[in-house]
Amino acid sequence: MSVDVEATAAAKAAPPPPSGGSGGSASSQRALRKRERRFLHRDKWWGYAMIAPAGLGLAVFYLWPVLQTLYFSFTEWGPFGGTSWIGLENYRTMLHDPEVWQSLGNSLIYTVLVLLGIPVSMVLAVLLNLKGMRGTGFYRTLYFLPVVTMPAAVAVVWRWLYNGDVGILNQALDAIGIDGTYWVSDPDVVRFAVAAVGVWMTVGYNMILLLAGLQGIPQDYYEAASLDGAGRVRQFFSVTMPLLSPTLFFTTVLSVIQSLQVFDLIYMILGANTSVGVTNPAYSEGQTIVMLFFQKSFYDNQRAYGAAIVCVLFVLIMALTALQFRLQKRWVHYD
Amino acid sequence: MTETSATAPRRTRPEGARPPAAARRAARRNREGRLWPAHVLLSLGAVVTVFPLLWQVLTSFKSFGESTRVPPTFLPEHWDWSNYATVFSSIPFTDQLLNTVLMTLLRTVAQLLLCSMAAYAFARIAFPGRGALFLGFLAVLMVPSQLFLLPQYQIMQDLGWLNSLQALVVPGMFSAFGTFLLRQFFLGLPTELEEAARLDGANPFTVFWRIALPLARPGLLALGILTFLWSWNDLMWPLVVNTDPSQMPLSAGLATLQGAHLTEYPVLMAGSVLATLPVIVVFVAMQRHFIQGIAFSGMKG
Repeated sequence: MSVDVEATAAAKAAPPPPSGGSGGSASSQRALRKRERRFLHRDKWWGYAMIAPAGLGLAVFYLWPVLQTLYFSFTEWGPFGGTSWIGLENYRTMLHDPEVWQSLGNSLIYTVLVLLGIPVSMVLAVLLNLKGMRGTGFYRTLYFLPVVTMPAAVAVVWRWLYNGDVGILNQALDAIGIDGTYWVSDPDVVRFAVAAVGVWMTVGYNMILLLAGLQGIPQDYYEAASLDGAGRVRQFFSVTMPLLSPTLFFTTVLSVIQSLQVFDLIYMILGANTSVGVTNPAYSEGQTIVMLFFQKSFYDNQRAYGAAIVCVLFVLIMALTALQFRLQKRWVHYD
Repeated sequence: MTETSATAPRRTRPEGARPPAAARRAARRNREGRLWPAHVLLSLGAVVTVFPLLWQVLTSFKSFGESTRVPPTFLPEHWDWSNYATVFSSIPFTDQLLNTVLMTLLRTVAQLLLCSMAAYAFARIAFPGRGALFLGFLAVLMVPSQLFLLPQYQIMQDLGWLNSLQALVVPGMFSAFGTFLLRQFFLGLPTELEEAARLDGANPFTVFWRIALPLARPGLLALGILTFLWSWNDLMWPLVVNTDPSQMPLSAGLATLQGAHLTEYPVLMAGSVLATLPVIVVFVAMQRHFIQGIAFSGMKG
């Protein structure tokens, strides 16, 4: 994840400063910043000592493992543990592995479908931000419930709702004369069924981010626009959208990064941990790239191949994030 | 950066010349009258959002026969607790709850301590190599968590820690994200108090511990909430390291339960209620902090 993204998030999500404190002029702000740059302490040993615990832990459990994973991806796992260098062989195998392509495709489709939830979040955020709106806190709490619920539990619950024979969804559809299907075992449907749950889980989260962005738009802009004769719709597209675009961009980037890594939800919905996972006719249409990595590394004992798969995932995430940063110049307004 | 303001109360509306009370009331009534379509939409969305969770709870109290009835009953005919009993007899629930609580608590406390210490050093102490070290932290931040998994597993294996509490806790004690988050927070704090303490001869750690840390409470709260949530809900790591049910946290336990009672949905619903209830309770009790904390930091990728 990019630093800029984090920083934008923090800046965007923060409500505007309290009116009393915002009186500080730009010059005093600058003075403050300058003083910070001077550093408070110059005792370097304290610095090393305070960073050491976190730094060593990160080096041992995170930094070194990344390098190791990269190394593994160029090796082959011997039957008795040892590794031998095989260069790009794993990557070459991946190129011709239909399972890899299929699961990569599934992850990408899931990512795109979950992005469709952002307009929903946007509508909800705009509604919550209407002048004089009551019960905002209540709605926010309800919409946020799926965000804090354990994904494994969410999956179990939706499997039940989606049950083809007696699930409540099919019973409801039946009541209005529509024939339901076996949502999680129908190869044509499973991706959409899973993505719908993904949207359900993330709508509240994106809504909160967008709402924070909306609350940061000064009211005067709307007043000025309405004096110029702009209606509500015009105001939305000429004031709200441009000013919200950095938040929208950030929300999109985060959503893509998180969706590409989806595991728990789909693993449990497909029943990957059960005998059903083996016989689920929609399994390969549902399996994501992280699930494939998990399968190869920890069940099929092909760790080196698993390592190559996550390295590809990493490159894909970086590439898509970079692409979004490139494209943002076309639609994101910073002022 | 304006992080400090993340915790400030919502902007107070500038009160200009106030119109007379009666006119104001009328205006408000008028506005509220026009807001009903928004309420209809929002309520509709809320129903879609809450219904699956409601159905989960209701199903958990139905007998198996009742749960599969066509057409379905909405409320259980009689509230049946036996599904919960089945959960307790199928998985070592109390062990798993304890594992989850300990894992969550230890990871959270450790992260708050270690991250804040490192973050303070990055924000306020000058020392050679600081930039390079920080870059190292940032590098970790950008990498998706799956890339750590295999080698982390091997470390656990080499240490003989598979199927232990340490395996659940230790790698999760360190966080580049937390360090980055708190560093940003420290940078946004005013330095006057710290400078004063410094002039009084306090060493950097004392200044950090006594002055800066208490001021950083909102940042700590945000990180604490996020760590709590990720740890509690984490599935992949526990599945990898702890395959013995008595050493699993609830998330992995739920996966085992699903394996054993695949089609007995009332039992599965009871299990998932038990696994999520603690988080929901904490969330409802501290929802303002939750929502602010999560919006403030942007959830980790």
